[in-house]
Amino acid sequence: MSINSWGNYPKINNNSIKFNTIDDLKNQLKNHSEIIACGNNRSYGDSALSNNIIQVKPFNKFLDFDQKAGVLHIQAGVLLADIIKYFVPRGWFLKIVPGTKFITIGGAIASDVHGKNHHIDGCFSESTLEFSLMLPDGQIKLCSPSKNQDLFRATCGGMGLTGVILDAKISLRKINSKFISQTTIKTENLEDTFAAFEKYNSEKYNFAWIDCFARGKNLGRSIMTIGDFADDGQLDYIPSQKINIPFFLPNFTINKFTAGMFNKLYYYQTKQQISHQKLDLDAYFFPLDGIDNLNRVWGKSGFLQYQCILPKETAFVGLTELIECISRTKLGSHLSVLKKHGKANENYLSFPLEGYSLALDFKMNNGLFKHLDHLDQILQKYGGRIYLTKDARVSKQVFERGYPNIEKFRELRKKYKMSQKFNSLQSHRLGL
Amino acid sequence: MPYLLIIGAKSDIAKAIANKYAENGYDLYLAARNSKELETFAQDIRVKTDKKVECLELDILDFASHQDFYNNLNEKPEGVASAVGYLGDQTESQKEFNEAQTIINTNYTGVVSLLNVIASNFEARKSGFIIGISSVAGERGRQSNYTYGSAKAALSAYLSGLRNRLTASNVAVITVKPGFVDTQMTEDMDLPKALTATPQQVADDVYNAQVNGKNIIYTRWFWKWIMLIIKTIPEWKFKQLKL
Ligand SMILES: Cc1cc2nc3c(=O)[nH]c(=O)nc-3n(C[C@H](O)[C@H](O)[C@H](O)COP(=O)(O)OP(=O)(O)OC[C@H]3O[C@@H](n4cnc5c(N)ncnc54)[C@H](O)[C@@H]3O)c2cc1C
Ligand SMILES: NC(=O)c1ccc[n+]([C@@H]2O[C@H](COP(=O)([O-])OP(=O)(O)OC[C@H]3O[C@@H](n4cnc5c(N)ncnc54)[C@H](OP(=O)(O)O)[C@@H]3O)[C@@H](O)[C@H]2O)c1
Repeated sequence: MSINSWGNYPKINNNSIKFNTIDDLKNQLKNHSEIIACGNNRSYGDSALSNNIIQVKPFNKFLDFDQKAGVLHIQAGVLLADIIKYFVPRGWFLKIVPGTKFITIGGAIASDVHGKNHHIDGCFSESTLEFSLMLPDGQIKLCSPSKNQDLFRATCGGMGLTGVILDAKISLRKINSKFISQTTIKTENLEDTFAAFEKYNSEKYNFAWIDCFARGKNLGRSIMTIGDFADDGQLDYIPSQKINIPFFLPNFTINKFTAGMFNKLYYYQTKQQISHQKLDLDAYFFPLDGIDNLNRVWGKSGFLQYQCILPKETAFVGLTELIECISRTKLGSHLSVLKKHGKANENYLSFPLEGYSLALDFKMNNGLFKHLDHLDQILQKYGGRIYLTKDARVSKQVFERGYPNIEKFRELRKKYKMSQKFNSLQSHRLGL
Repeated sequence: MPYLLIIGAKSDIAKAIANKYAENGYDLYLAARNSKELETFAQDIRVKTDKKVECLELDILDFASHQDFYNNLNEKPEGVASAVGYLGDQTESQKEFNEAQTIINTNYTGVVSLLNVIASNFEARKSGFIIGISSVAGERGRQSNYTYGSAKAALSAYLSGLRNRLTASNVAVITVKPGFVDTQMTEDMDLPKALTATPQQVADDVYNAQVNGKNIIYTRWFWKWIMLIIKTIPEWKFKQLKL
């Protein structure tokens, strides 16, 4: 059976490769000319798709934990969900988590993922002390911000194109509760929303659900949540149960689904403008994980996620124009996520930069690519960029304009002969 | 914290049981041949659960070593789970008695030898639990694996007698009868997906059975009904089937 990405688009036939030992893996690299690592296939687009895919997920042993320093050493296939399951009861949590906990450590590093605290704590690489990387010839290099720095900078956010991440040391944060104290703020328009992000900029976690269908004076209305771990000593965490979507839902239901979700949130859950809640960490960080196979609501033809980021100087005008365009066509999901980001790091291809990011889903259909190209033009006009781990279609030109360090990345790939071994549909498409 | 002793700890089912019990607060003794190979696995559990995990050398066929093996455990375990087993080659076992003997001794004689030692200790101290992994293959002999099946049948009978003996001493005996399980043992077989359990499911079932004081369980549960049907087929008919 072929491996698909989270968006179920594009689909290609591929050969899935497993390995048990490091020597095994070396041999596999020797025997295949075109290969890419994959974790848990939670990336939406074509970053982890190739003719030959190495499955790193079964390579998932916990290797060591330094209690004093809070440093965890794990193999690259370990899921964030497992770290949370075993370490929350002992008072530890990951420093950075994305909106799903079902990703591997390798995937977290390769996409240099970010979470609701990017404005304070940065990307996953900022919690990564070191990792070992297998190069095309089977050599293993230890990489950190000080050792083999070029490989570290290229691999964090490098979408698997520098080699196979084998294991990593990451640093955890201390917590004293499995609950999050959350404050929810309802805003009327984009100006309001930006003001709220500024006002709550020193809060640990914040993000907003934004209504991409609202127009005119309501354009940019949102529900923003801010929060941090409570301090009540309750650590008896048990991962929450999931609801399963066993079939691909028929095509027409999706907009009803997300519109319904938004309305429910906006009108019922937050009757007052500002309200306070205490909720389980799973419900706070990973609301979408509550539904298993969520990607099936979009139907068999698959879907795309469009996630872009605009520098803070142009974010307001840029977002206004983007949302106007999205609301006019009504092609996207009703519900999308807005997040204010902190400073960019020095990794060559990491996505976040200081400004605002917007993420929303689009069901695959005929007119879609044209519409997204249009969004790209707006993005380009305002100096923005696209998130590679969500992407399956952006043009080479739009991509390159957004990532000024791409040449450094290409040179490094050439130098280590990576471009002759590690490739994905995405790397071919964008000449990475 | 109490210890669980796991025999045949390299088996995939045993590994899932090890994780399950460590997650529920048990320290572990992992007994196997070439137990050094279990070190990465043991360390994984230590790091995840902060429990003590010791790897111990044990050959279930080396009957004479069993008493010493148990005597050498510093802290005696609260419970024991045996997952040792050997499917073997049925055809071979019909021609070469050696193969038949290995199948019988691994699945039955060796387990009896070790559990006898442990049962006496549990009986004397009046606490503990013994989990024996048998098989649905022991419910009715079939031409495809009856050497293995007969050894498992003997094991099931042994466990039932042990239960009868130890109940008065407050020691629980749990007989586990898996149907198909997706493990190294069955790697090369083409098992029907819907009827095949994961080692994780078996471990969950085993743990729940032990905690809830069950005596005999089938895992997955539907194997109870499948076996009921298989057992009701009259022998004159059964002997003609290609099973
Ligand atoms: C519901 C949902 C919410 C999300 N929310 C966020 C969010 O808030 N923030 C965010 O940043 N992302 C988010 N994501 C995206 C997700 O975190 C990333 O796509 C992540 O990289 C997926 O990890 P994975 O283990 O599934 O890797 P895969 O999807 O399998 O692979 C992703 C990339 O990592 C590479 N890779 C994987 N393992 C290795 C390895 N061992 N060595 C080298 N390269 C490797 C692959 O080649 C590929 O390029 C979300 C995704 C979903 C489905
Ligand atoms: N898989 C199924 O479908 C299924 C169905 C019903 C019942 N079962 C039973 O479930 C149990 C676990 O089996 P499994 O499926 O996990 O298969 P497995 O991996 O083959 O497990 C059998 C284990 O027994 C060990 N063993 C064999 N001979 C030994 C000896 N002389 N001394 C010490 N250990 C020895 C093996 O260790 P080595 O690595 O050293 O050989 C192996 O770890 C077995 O009792 C099996 O009969 C399995």
